[in-house]
Amino acid sequence: MFDNILIWFVVIPIAMMAGLGLCHNSGMKAIRAVMVVCSTVLLGLAIWLCCDFLRLREMGVTDEMLFTGSWMWYAPLNIHLAVGVDGISVLMILLSAIIVFAGTFASWKINPLPKNFFLWYALLSTGVFGFFISIDIFTMFMFYEVALIPMYLLIGVWGTGRKEYSAMKLTLMLMGGSAFLMLGLLGIFWHSAPEGGQMTWNILEISHNAAIDPDWQYMLFCFTFVGFGVLGAMFPFHTWSPDGHASAPTAVSMLHAGVLMKLGGYGCFRIAIFLLPQAANELAWIFIILTGISIVYGAFSACVQTDLKYINAYSSVSHCGMVLFAILMLNATAMTGAIMQMLSHGLMTALFFALIGMIYGRTHTRDIRQMGGLMKIMPYLGVCYMIAGFASLGLPGLSGFVAEMTIFFGAFQDADVFHRIFVICSTTAIVITAVYILRVVGKLLLGPVQDDHHLSLTDATWFERLATVTLILCIAGIGCFPNWINEAINHSFTPIINALQASVF
Amino acid sequence: MEVIIPILILAFPLFTFLLLGLCGMKMSHKIAGFIGIAMLGTTAVLAYIVACTYYFSGNPEFILDGVRQQYQVFDVTWLAFTQSLVVKIGFLIDPISALMLVVITTISFMVHLYSWGYMEGEPGFQRYYAFLSLFTFSMLGLVVATNIFQMYIFWELVGVSSYLLIGFFYKLPSAVSASKKAFIVTRFADLGFLIGILLLSYYTDTFNFIELTQNPELVFGTTGGATYMGASVLTWAMVLIFTGGMGKSAMMPLHIWLPDAMEGPTPVSALIHAATMVVAGVYLVARMFPLYCVVDFSLTFICCVGAITAFYAAMVACAQTDIKRILAFSTISQIAFMMVSLGVAYDKPIEGVHYSGLGYMAGMFHLFTHAMFKALLFLGAGALIHAVHSNEYTAMGGLRKYMPITHWTFLIGCLAIAGIWPFAGFFSKDEMLAAMFQRHWFWGAWMTMVAGLTAFYMFRLYFLVFWNKENPHYKEHKPHDGPWQMSVPLLLLAGVSICCGWIQFGEFVTWNGEPYHIHIEAPVACTSLIVACVGIGLAALMYLKPNNLPAQFKNAWPAFWKAANRRFYWDEIYMFITHNIIFNIICKSIAWFDRHVIDATMDGFAKVTQSISYRIRGMQSGEVQGYVGWYISGAIVIGAIAWLCFA
Repeated sequence: MFDNILIWFVVIPIAMMAGLGLCHNSGMKAIRAVMVVCSTVLLGLAIWLCCDFLRLREMGVTDEMLFTGSWMWYAPLNIHLAVGVDGISVLMILLSAIIVFAGTFASWKINPLPKNFFLWYALLSTGVFGFFISIDIFTMFMFYEVALIPMYLLIGVWGTGRKEYSAMKLTLMLMGGSAFLMLGLLGIFWHSAPEGGQMTWNILEISHNAAIDPDWQYMLFCFTFVGFGVLGAMFPFHTWSPDGHASAPTAVSMLHAGVLMKLGGYGCFRIAIFLLPQAANELAWIFIILTGISIVYGAFSACVQTDLKYINAYSSVSHCGMVLFAILMLNATAMTGAIMQMLSHGLMTALFFALIGMIYGRTHTRDIRQMGGLMKIMPYLGVCYMIAGFASLGLPGLSGFVAEMTIFFGAFQDADVFHRIFVICSTTAIVITAVYILRVVGKLLLGPVQDDHHLSLTDATWFERLATVTLILCIAGIGCFPNWINEAINHSFTPIINALQASVF
Repeated sequence: MEVIIPILILAFPLFTFLLLGLCGMKMSHKIAGFIGIAMLGTTAVLAYIVACTYYFSGNPEFILDGVRQQYQVFDVTWLAFTQSLVVKIGFLIDPISALMLVVITTISFMVHLYSWGYMEGEPGFQRYYAFLSLFTFSMLGLVVATNIFQMYIFWELVGVSSYLLIGFFYKLPSAVSASKKAFIVTRFADLGFLIGILLLSYYTDTFNFIELTQNPELVFGTTGGATYMGASVLTWAMVLIFTGGMGKSAMMPLHIWLPDAMEGPTPVSALIHAATMVVAGVYLVARMFPLYCVVDFSLTFICCVGAITAFYAAMVACAQTDIKRILAFSTISQIAFMMVSLGVAYDKPIEGVHYSGLGYMAGMFHLFTHAMFKALLFLGAGALIHAVHSNEYTAMGGLRKYMPITHWTFLIGCLAIAGIWPFAGFFSKDEMLAAMFQRHWFWGAWMTMVAGLTAFYMFRLYFLVFWNKENPHYKEHKPHDGPWQMSVPLLLLAGVSICCGWIQFGEFVTWNGEPYHIHIEAPVACTSLIVACVGIGLAALMYLKPNNLPAQFKNAWPAFWKAANRRFYWDEIYMFITHNIIFNIICKSIAWFDRHVIDATMDGFAKVTQSISYRIRGMQSGEVQGYVGWYISGAIVIGAIAWLCFA
């Protein structure tokens, strides 16, 4: 079992928790040492996995999933711990590892109860990695829940503002989504077998059987898409996002916006679209409308916010809306764009939230009306914030541009009027995004210094620099050399596109 | 051609940007400035080598059977959207890109040198040079683009460098809002550009300029006659792509950002907002010219936009008091001139071959000469501002005695832009007007009038600044010419502005690559000379010496004067739309809706659940008596129902 590299992505976070458990409550050095070592190992492992994956693909291995393994967990219901990755999961694992790594440094001075904070943080990472490596939808769902629950405590204990309310709201809304999801997944399980065969939770087997009755597909598609869509901040189920992010501590916001919201997009893609292709073809239009609204609506809402975190939460609604929107276009180019957008949004939102946390830690306010001219006082953080902003508004050379363009060009391949109208509407987001980003940059960083107390503030410390540099390098890396992502994932769409096309006839 | 030189042309400015951007703060001003200038100088030399090789080597890659060829030095895959639709980054040399390489690197070098004197001692000096390098890199990438998507990429990058440079003095709120405005207005225009590219690439399945332009009819055929709202898809695509050009080149109604962009340092205005970036729109039209020719409507559209803008900007320029804004409006007007010139060019040979693309050649010629003399004028304006510390002409007057170098070079610039023989503007303007008269007398007459206005407002500026009444403040603070770093570029550019009109431009740049010999159209030249002289004379009459003629004019039409001074209220209209309608009505109501309807519904579910559970929690009281009571009454009710049903 442990000869499979993927298992280690779950084992290491668990080891991390064990290591933290051994630390003394206030032994900050030991806690940091455990966190740094484990997150670095995870990052290294993720990079190694990525390289190995690319190498195997280069060698011509065309299996749908690589590094597969399956171990029986509960025989009566045929539940396995089944793992396997394709290009998309590899990239998601890499993203998660980067953000866990950066988040560790961003919460270097977490207070109070550092040990407990990092314990929950590690549990959250376990869930995230477990989700991305699983190809058995039951274990996938289990890891999904494992990732959600720690959020409640992380926000409720270490948050700011109306933290109890926000924690409760976020957890309940996401749990509501999981309830739908559970129904959907059970439905898929019950219909997974062809006449008289063994029912299965394994994604590959379900898709090969292609046995789900079309009438059932419609209902199950709605359940699963809405269930994952809640986590992907789809309109009108996005309202947990502004409150949740606003209250969450820095590293949690980073991980949540950076990785957890990607669980939604990934799930929609891997389960709703892949396993229920017929329904996806028929019902995509409903969700195209909803996600199309998300894109524009989130962007417009972000324009008038005054709290930095609210601005980014609404901007996430817009950007994540684009992920789901692209997935629903049901063609390989747009889906590639969706994956790129997940990576790009994950990295840049993590960067944004990290920076907001750092700025908040100094000025003790997130209200842009009370700040100004910070570029003069903390040039390093200011420049990073600008880079994050430019990535968000789609500047070439940074990741946002590549992702958005791939989405638009992919989405434009459907020539009917309905798609055209929605694509053109969603392209307006690039202007609105520019408006709210430049508004924040103008008020927060540029102009005269608003508050004289801010003049004595200091610029970034070494661990803050490390966290931001890591993220910026990744953003610029994707933005300047995007084609390797294409190469990593273009195999992964073949089965999905085939399933979609097969279901049309 | 060797691949290494083109790569270095792009790599040097990018490397300078990264170097100065990352470690600039650790360098002294001198070193940073030296690195910037030296690297840019090298780039300029390399660009000259490329351009000379292209124009003069006679290599069959570049000129075949007397026709100049388009040659892709390299073209590497950057991102593959689909199997066939692939974004590449490459380096295309053809007559116009070679021309632009020369223009950009020359002006950029002058500005780099000039800034060494102008920006001396400014905080953020290193950052300034870093941004200048970023701009140069992006602009070079834009002009050598082999495909329209590469152009779009660098188009966005020049937009952001312009944003950064306009907002260079970021502590001033006016600079911040000007930079924001410039970025958002051009972004809005780029949205049109993007949708245009989406349409075009969907139907043609290629981004490559050579593939697109070599067989425009074929491109037209592949659209299968698809139409939207009465116009063919290609028409829509070309008009939308032109919208991007309208934004960058500040055509009406997207011109509002350019006058505000003068908040940036003056050398930046010279480089970006006069000579190079703002002509990107013209360059775009020239690059896609064969496609525009296929769609008659789009060329007419370009003509109309250009003609209206040219006249509007010239009118407004007559009524401004800020010298940089006068120059900004004159830039808008001159770019509009080039647009009209491209718009009137035919694609089909009429009356001998070379007349067919005369407008094209003339437009590019004017782009070239205008870049030189407008950069000169802006750098001159910079010297003036450097000397008197104000942008308003009211703080100047009679400066010719104090600043001789600036005075003479500025005069040369004014004569060039007014189109006086033998200065550069005369030749290019003559070709443009000839092309316009050929298309239709209306375009010619209209633009000749604009040319007259140009002469008038430029000499109004000249007389008000260098003649007229001396400002009394000179006694306390004597204005003087700038240091040598500032004077050298002025003198060099003045020299170029005198002689570059004599270049046989038709030998280098033509619409189809076939060189021909250009000559002066005597009737057109005479008319335009007379009109220009009238303009200058009028300006001299009104502004050479202090008199009350300007006041009389002002009082004769006060409303008109005020409207022109306020630029015909475009800014107010935009402010109303963006601030009152979009921000206050749309954005605020969406944000309200989100909090008070959507979120309230979600909270409502929670509240309803809570209140129901609050009400029914009394049933779980823990009192045995209560449970017994519920048990007995329940049993009675069920028993009663059972009895009623079954008895």
